[in-house]
Amino acid sequence: MTTATTTRALPAEIRRSRIIGVVLLLMGLAIFLLFGIGLEGGLTTKFGLNPGVGSQALRIPDLTLPTGATIYLLSAVSVFLGAAQIVRGFKRGGLVIGLVAMFFVIAFLAWAARGKSFNLVGILSSSVVRATPIALAALCGVISERAGVVNIGIEGMMLMAAQAAVIAASLTDSLLIGLVAAMFAGALLAAAHAFLAIRFKVDQIISGVAINIFATGTTSYISSRFLQENSELLNNSGVLKPIAIPLLSKIPILGPIFFENSIIVYLMMILVAVIHFVLFYTPWGLRTRAVGEHPKAADTLGVDVFKIQYINVILGGAIAGIGGAYFTIGSAGRFDEVMTAGKGFIGLAAMIFGKWTSIGAFLASLLFGFADSLQVKLQILRVPIPSEFLLMAPYIVTMIVLAGVVGRAASPAADGVPYEKN
Amino acid sequence: MDTTQPAVAPKTEKKRPGRSRTPSGQRSGLLQTILIPFLAVLTGLIIGAIVIAVTDSAAVAAFGRFFQAPGAALAAVWHAVKTAYGALFYGSIGSLSEITTALGSGDPAAIRQAFWPITESLVASTPYIFTGLAVGLGFKAGLFNIGAEGQFFMGSLGAAFVGYSLIGWPWYLHLPLAILGGFAAGAIWGAIPGWLKAKTGGHEVVNTIMMNYIAYRLSDWLINGPMKAPGFRPVTPHIQMSAALPRLFSDPLRINVGFFLALIAAALVFWFLFKTTIGFQIRAVGANPDAARYSGMSITRTIVLAMTLSGGLAGLGGASQVLGVDYWVGQGFSAGYGFDAIAVALIGKSHPVGIVFAALLWGFLRSGATRMQSLAGIPIDIISIIQALVIVFVAAPDIIRGLYRLRKISAEKVVLSRGWGS
Repeated sequence: MTTATTTRALPAEIRRSRIIGVVLLLMGLAIFLLFGIGLEGGLTTKFGLNPGVGSQALRIPDLTLPTGATIYLLSAVSVFLGAAQIVRGFKRGGLVIGLVAMFFVIAFLAWAARGKSFNLVGILSSSVVRATPIALAALCGVISERAGVVNIGIEGMMLMAAQAAVIAASLTDSLLIGLVAAMFAGALLAAAHAFLAIRFKVDQIISGVAINIFATGTTSYISSRFLQENSELLNNSGVLKPIAIPLLSKIPILGPIFFENSIIVYLMMILVAVIHFVLFYTPWGLRTRAVGEHPKAADTLGVDVFKIQYINVILGGAIAGIGGAYFTIGSAGRFDEVMTAGKGFIGLAAMIFGKWTSIGAFLASLLFGFADSLQVKLQILRVPIPSEFLLMAPYIVTMIVLAGVVGRAASPAADGVPYEKN
Repeated sequence: MDTTQPAVAPKTEKKRPGRSRTPSGQRSGLLQTILIPFLAVLTGLIIGAIVIAVTDSAAVAAFGRFFQAPGAALAAVWHAVKTAYGALFYGSIGSLSEITTALGSGDPAAIRQAFWPITESLVASTPYIFTGLAVGLGFKAGLFNIGAEGQFFMGSLGAAFVGYSLIGWPWYLHLPLAILGGFAAGAIWGAIPGWLKAKTGGHEVVNTIMMNYIAYRLSDWLINGPMKAPGFRPVTPHIQMSAALPRLFSDPLRINVGFFLALIAAALVFWFLFKTTIGFQIRAVGANPDAARYSGMSITRTIVLAMTLSGGLAGLGGASQVLGVDYWVGQGFSAGYGFDAIAVALIGKSHPVGIVFAALLWGFLRSGATRMQSLAGIPIDIISIIQALVIVFVAAPDIIRGLYRLRKISAEKVVLSRGWGS
């Protein structure tokens, strides 16, 4: 006689599952109430699927959706999913939340641009661009923390790198040298952080904060002292031009978003893949992760803990340097004081959201980049929400993410603990 | 859980570093507690002097001809440093000759003028005392409150709101209410990340930084919208003078009761932390949360309370700035108090007495630096560089010990944070 064994979910899990279901239901209702009620009939929203002039992509017809029907449909599906979650519960609750959140955003866009057109490819493509410094900061965080060293100083590293890039590029008229200078500056600051954290066992958060203050002070000092008077010579670098990848950029929708960008964006995407491969499929990555989880065990197996930590932190600094270069030679062409505006910290949030993996960090950065581009677009669309609140959105999203909406993430076990060799 | 104890008895012949019990050891310990921060500041100033000399064009030019005229080169360097630090001294304390002349003449206006720098330094120290106490209280609870900046700002808005919206109230009602308003606003701003940390484990470093940015955006909206004074400038209305903190002397001296409020706050924090049960709980949670939980303390409540009080203290700082000095709040009010407060709390070893002294030092430095910028043309950001160096030296005392050949005494490690894990 066979007894079918059923696993009973714990009461706490059932409660959590029901709460998620209620949240989904409420979101569905919110879609209906906020965007569906009072909608004038017969409106359509045109989602532009073609990029602007000068792109190599093949043209495809734009997507025109009936505004009302779209909103009601998305609302109904969300409510249904919410009900299903309450009754049955989905295995991948987080995924369903993400899906409904996406519905909410689509409904919002359909409503905000009702009767008008809205370039979807444009906003997605600018999301990738704006996500780049965040992703690079997150990647720096990933490899540093996987080796067990907390790095709060990414913001400072990016700032110094940004300034180094523009000064070097202006002096030598070569953007490439600017990029190299940025990587060097980031690596240098990271080396200082590593030295303090590993050799002197300074609390890694303090060390990171000190690096941020130092970088802010130094870059502002140099900016006031030298850049303002000699802006032609030192602060005028030009910007990296987008490069279209020959065949791939012809693909409609995906082409303009991913394959017509500047070299910094391509570097970011390459690094995401490379870091993922190295971290999880090579002996070096294994050693790194071992050091981050249980340095004592790694040490007894002959792994040089300190060397791995130094190398990872310094490489991370170089990556953060590329991220810093984005602000000046990748975007503005000049350095303004404190121009990183918290992107380094948002990168840390992306790293946590991505559960300390490079691909996760990349996806999370895309989310933040999207939030960033959205608020610009919404201002253009004259959505009746004050721009300051739209600007707040990335930070609020960060806090919600950190609060564990997507599940509590576990950092590497020995993250932040200075290794004592005895 | 340490399960890697070796089977053999631990080495006993190697003397474990610990607090020395001999009288000379105790004296050295106390001496070093005062000496190391002092030397840290001194070394920071010396390095600052080097930076000033290196970036001074006259000194650099003279150094170029070092071998022909070494005396002139050194004289140029000395001149650059002397001008800069002379201005710093004059800006922070004033000129002794001016003071004696004024006192001798008996002219009240001249006396006020002569004492202006030193009173300005006291005025500048007041926010640092409040925010330093805020960060220090957080440290005592094992929390890293980087949000002092945002809490300060929200406190200033809260106090300003009560200050200008209640008209015709007597001062003995209006003033305390306004102060309370500032405390409450800052307390809420601190409670939110505190609650998030306690309930969800979201690390307070990133959350408080996000709250800072949200505070900037929110205040942008408020000062340009609901809280805007009539007219063109983005400022709040002037507060009613019934809510103002009384000035001690007449113009141009701005020293007001707020300074003494700060000292009272420091005394209260001392009493609270060291003479009450709740204060003991806070310190226990900060020192060893597991032991505290085991002995029955509610970690959640303690963390939330600590962050709320911390935010409230910072908010009081904002309140005292508005009610005592400026009387209105402008957009972009941030003056970097948040990060400065970290340095102050670190140097003051998170003890109210130390914090007051460190805050006074910081106030004097800042006040002098403003003068240094206008008199000697040195950008005020040099103070940030010096600041970062001081933080590093205090956090890694071995550097100072190595530099000045001090005896190596291991004081207990100040536990400030535990990485990302809760």
